Formats: sequence, structure tokens, C-alpha cells
Amino acid sequence: MKSLLKSGTSVMVVLAFAASQAAAADMMTELGTPEGSVNIVAWPGYIERGETDANFDWVTSFEKETGCAVNVKTANTSDEMVALMNEGGFDLVTASGDASLRMIAGKRVQPINTDLIPSWSTVDDRLKSAPWHTVDGVHYGTPYQWGPNVLMYNTEAFAEAPKSWNVVFEEMTLADGKSNKGRVQAYDGPIHIADAAQYLMAHKPELGIKSPYELNADQYAAALDLLRGQRELVSRYWHDAFIQMDDFKNEGVVASGSWPFQVNLLKAEGLPIASTIPEEGVTGWADTTMLHAEAENPTCAYLWMEHSLSPKVQGDLAAWFGSNPAVPAACTGNALLGDEGCATNGFDDFERVSFWQTPVSKCESQGECVPYYRWVSDYIGVIGGR
Amino acid sequence: MTTSASPATTVQRESAVLPGQGGITGALSDKFWRNPKLLLILMLTPPALWLGIIYLGSLFALLAQSFFSIDEFSGMVQYELTLKTYGELFRPANLDIIIRTVSMAVIVTLAAACVAFPIGYFAARYARGKWKALFYIGVMLPLWSSYLVKVYAWKLILAKEGILTWIFTKLHLTWLLEAWLTIPIIGGYSLSVSYTGTFLVFLYVWLPFMVLPVQAALERVPGSFIEASGDLGATPGQTFRHVIFPLALPGIVAGSIFTFSLTLGDYIIPQIVGSSRLFIGQAVYAQQGTAGNIPLAAAFTVVPIVIMGFYLWGAKRMGAFDAL
Repeated sequence: MKSLLKSGTSVMVVLAFAASQAAAADMMTELGTPEGSVNIVAWPGYIERGETDANFDWVTSFEKETGCAVNVKTANTSDEMVALMNEGGFDLVTASGDASLRMIAGKRVQPINTDLIPSWSTVDDRLKSAPWHTVDGVHYGTPYQWGPNVLMYNTEAFAEAPKSWNVVFEEMTLADGKSNKGRVQAYDGPIHIADAAQYLMAHKPELGIKSPYELNADQYAAALDLLRGQRELVSRYWHDAFIQMDDFKNEGVVASGSWPFQVNLLKAEGLPIASTIPEEGVTGWADTTMLHAEAENPTCAYLWMEHSLSPKVQGDLAAWFGSNPAVPAACTGNALLGDEGCATNGFDDFERVSFWQTPVSKCESQGECVPYYRWVSDYIGVIGGR
Repeated sequence: MTTSASPATTVQRESAVLPGQGGITGALSDKFWRNPKLLLILMLTPPALWLGIIYLGSLFALLAQSFFSIDEFSGMVQYELTLKTYGELFRPANLDIIIRTVSMAVIVTLAAACVAFPIGYFAARYARGKWKALFYIGVMLPLWSSYLVKVYAWKLILAKEGILTWIFTKLHLTWLLEAWLTIPIIGGYSLSVSYTGTFLVFLYVWLPFMVLPVQAALERVPGSFIEASGDLGATPGQTFRHVIFPLALPGIVAGSIFTFSLTLGDYIIPQIVGSSRLFIGQAVYAQQGTAGNIPLAAAFTVVPIVIMGFYLWGAKRMGAFDAL
């Protein structure tokens, strides 16, 4: 019974903490003939074939050129992605920073041979060896897209872009003469504790926070205190991108941490919305296309990875999703993204982004840190007013 | 001698037990006829397996998890029996979630009973013919449209700049709305981010589950009883208190089982309309989905099961199941 429960219900937990010194599986040395199809697990909106909007299509041409039919299974959370990859039957996954290391540790993905991907050399140098897909110098995937969690604000309430995150953390009178109480939002996920920690990094250096994802007990307590103060200001925490957009439209919300996705959509509707990266920096996400350890269609998968790095695909996707391309060449000459697109989405602010990662107890910067499961229960307490 | 077959031997050959009918169906039919219990076992096994393994089995696997605990440092689940996880339920933050959910369920149930009674009474005693059909359609209609669409629609109705605020402004009653929203706990920045909003949406969504049993119970109150009560000099109030209400009570209790348990388990409405403070369903989702703290999620799941156990026990004593 014990072993049954172990294997049945806590696969994910076990995988997450399994020894990370995974022996490198044999990587491919040459491509075979295309198998005729490729199965991809992806975030919604990540792989478009022109069905939502005919202008956004980076699948049809690939299918024509290679003869590999693309099958997409969308997943809404990182946990779901890990579960699907554990199940098997997929070749590729567009994994975020938290899921990618879990899958490498669980040996669900295989190292990739960058020599088989001619466009590898065009990848942003800042991403080539990023720690969320490179372990001990071995690459486990090709960077796909990344983006910052920006500060979205209403231009009618703010005469100029807010310089600091203090507009969502401390009570103050805004430029329109009214208090920010009840008019700001925060993300409804424990990872928002990292945003508070990042704010403290800049404003309370005596705490000695080195990474917002690696907090010892004191630093963590300080971050929670800051968030308790924020609870007084926040009327509702946002969870769903479309609910947040509705709150900016109908609920009188004027400032919140957000994604460029919402900012671009609200702007497109002609609303007085803009976004900025405050002086403290921002948190962000970076996704990687990874190859399943037992991929059935490795050749098509490699061809897709190559295709996914072409400037056209990268630029179109960045325009569609409000994210940044992993290939700098995509920033110029893309009709959909425009020459300003990369700057708008925060391409030049890479250094100011602390990319999302799962907090673990054994952390690099200070040995013993508060693990993620406590972030979850404590953030529930903070939102509940404790 | 040998030519004449005696009638006695012929009778002997035809024994009471007929020869087998031959064929598979025939053989099976005979077998079932001889062993009635075999047929019973064969017919009951599939549903018993379904109930036992799929339903109860998974429930017990879940409940078993609640007796494990999560290691404070590594975040790994420890497979040793302990009551520590149940102890965690009594932490202030978790206790808040339980109290919040149960209070909401109680208030929603009481309000649903108050709203449903007059509707059910009208439908049972006055509505006839096409009005009765209209009543059924009116009550059932909300159940046919998507639950999510209804909740999102309510979010817009209750929003700061929504239609309800607009109506209050037109009626010059903004002060009333403002005063309501300044009340601690049930107030908030706007209706859609307050407990009042969550309550209204719960009430709307679960109301049909209360109206139908109440109406059914009222249908069964004989008209002669009410006339007799009046003939004996009871005021309408006394008739209601001593005749109609006691006879309709089983219906109200049956309806309350639905509204109470549905509110107890829902995790969508408080996420869309409300102040982001968690309810039990959301806590389970957060603990097992992102935190990997399956023991605590399981312990949270036990709470509504225990509460509903007591509730059903009480409901049975009040005769809610007599009509089943």
C-alpha cells in the first residue's frame, strides 16, 4: 500500500527532488528521415496555425516543407505540462523555468545536440546557457520566448509612468488625487512573494536578499509583512488574465503587476493603459522547447526546434503573445511585431528580470531557504488577512 | 415379452428434472434457475466494483493521504501515520478558511430557503396550466446555461462601474450602497470584491436546487388542512407556523442539503467574485495543484465530508428522506 501510494500520487514531488545528476542520455548525432508528425505540449497561444487570426500562422509552412504534421496539446499550468510529459507520447514541450528543471531531474527530457540545429548560433547569447535549461554544461532544449511581469497602469491616474513598485505595496495618493487603496491588484499566486522580496532587495539592503527565490526565514518574514500591508490595498488578487482586464475596465483598478499580453490587448482596445519596468526590476518567465527522453519522432522534433528559431516565427509569436524573441534578429524587419515591438515588450531589460524558478530548501545563495510549499500556505494566510 | 414395453418404465424415464435445453443460453438459463444467488451476484458485481473500487477506493486513497505529513524542510511527503496534518487545519489561517466557508454555506442556505418558499408556495397553490409550465421553465432555465457564463455576467453586474451601481445612481441611492460597503467584513471596495457579492452569486446559482424540493413539499400539503385550520379560528400566521411550515420542512431540509453542500465545495465563484480570500475548495486546489502538499489537501477534503455527515444525520432526523 505504501509503495502504491508513493508511486501513484506523488510522482511529481518525487521527480522534483530526485537526484539532479542525471547521466546524460545518448543525444542524437544525425537526423534521420522525417517521421511524418510531431506531438507538442504547449502553452495556449504558443503554436498558432492561423485559426484564431490568419496573420498568425507558423505551422502550415513548416508542415509543407518538412512533411511533419504538427499535433498540439495545450496545457494551462506547469504541473499539467510535467504530468503530460510523464505520461509520454509527446515529442516536445514548451516548458517554463519551474517545469524545465523538474523534467531534467526526472529524466523526462533528453539533451539536445546543438550541431543539428543550424540556427542555434543565432540564439540570444543571454539565453544560450541559461540555468533553467542547461545543467552541468549540457543543453536540454532551445529557448523559445521570454517575458517580464511588468507594472501595468492607467495613464489617467498616473501623469507619468510610476518609477517604483511602491504604488502597489504602500498606501499613497495618486496623481488623480485619490488614494490607491482598493485600486491596485497583485498576482494571486504564491510566486508573488518573490515580487515582494525583489522590492525589499532594493529598499531594505540590510536583509541581504541575493535572489528573490532564495529567502531565509528572516527575509521571508519581512516579505510576508510587506504583503500583509499590501492586502489592505488590494480589493481582489488577479488570477485570470481576462478577469484582470475586466477589472481595469469596470472595477476602477489603476495599477498592478501584469503581463505584456494584457497590456497589449487593452491598448488595442484604445484604453488609457501603459506598462513600465520600475527601478527595482521585475520578475519574469522564460520558456524552452525541450525534447522528450523517449520521443518517437526525434527528426521532426529537431526540424521543429530549428524552425522555431527562425526570425519570422520568433517575431510573429512575440507580436502575438506580447513576449520577447529568443533570437535577436527577430526584432528587426518583422511586419507584425514592428520595429518598436521588442522594446515595448521589454527586450532590452533582460538584466532587470529575475526569472521564475521554484524555491527549494537547499538553495545556492545561503544554504537553507524556505521551500515552495510554505510559500503556498503562507500566501493563503496573507490573502486571508493573517 | 420383449415387444411390450411396460408403461411403468416410460414413467420412470420422465423424471421431475427436465433434460438440459442445450446451447449456451439454455445452459446459462438453467444454471441461473437452479442458483438464483448466482444471477444476483453476477448482476451486482459490476456496480459493486464501480462503487467499491472507483468511488470508495479513490476516496479512501485520498483520505489515507491525510494521515501522512509533509517534511518541513525538503517538502517531501512522509509516509508515516500521523495526525500532524489534521493539526495544521487548526492553524489560524486554515481555520479561517473553514469558518469562512461554513458561514457562507449557512447564510446562503438560509437566504435560499427564505427566497424559495414564496416562489414554491405560489407555484404549488396558485399557478395552474401554462403558468405552471412557465414556473418550471423559469426555475430550470438558469440550470441550462453555462455556469461560468452566469458567474462572469454577475461579475459585470456587480462591478464598480457596473449596472447595479448605475441603477443605484439613477435612484439617488448611492449613499445606501456606499454605507453598505463600509460595513466591515461584508463590505469592500465594490460589490464584486466583497462577501456580499459572493453571497449574491451563490444565492442565484443554487436557488433552483432549493425551489424545486420546497415546491414539491408544498404540493403535498392538503388544502383541506389549511381550510380546517382557518375554520378552527387560526390566523393566517398561526396556520403558517403550525400547519404549512412544519409540513413543508422536509422539503426545505432536502433543498438545504443541495445548497449547503454545493456552497461548501465550490471553488469557481469565490475565485471570480469576491475578495480573493480562499474557500475550502480553492484551498484544496492550491495545496494539491501547485504546492504538492497532498496530505493537507486531503485533510481539507475531509472537512466538508465530516460536516455533511453531521448535516445529513440531522436532516434524516427531521424527515428529509421520508419521501424517498
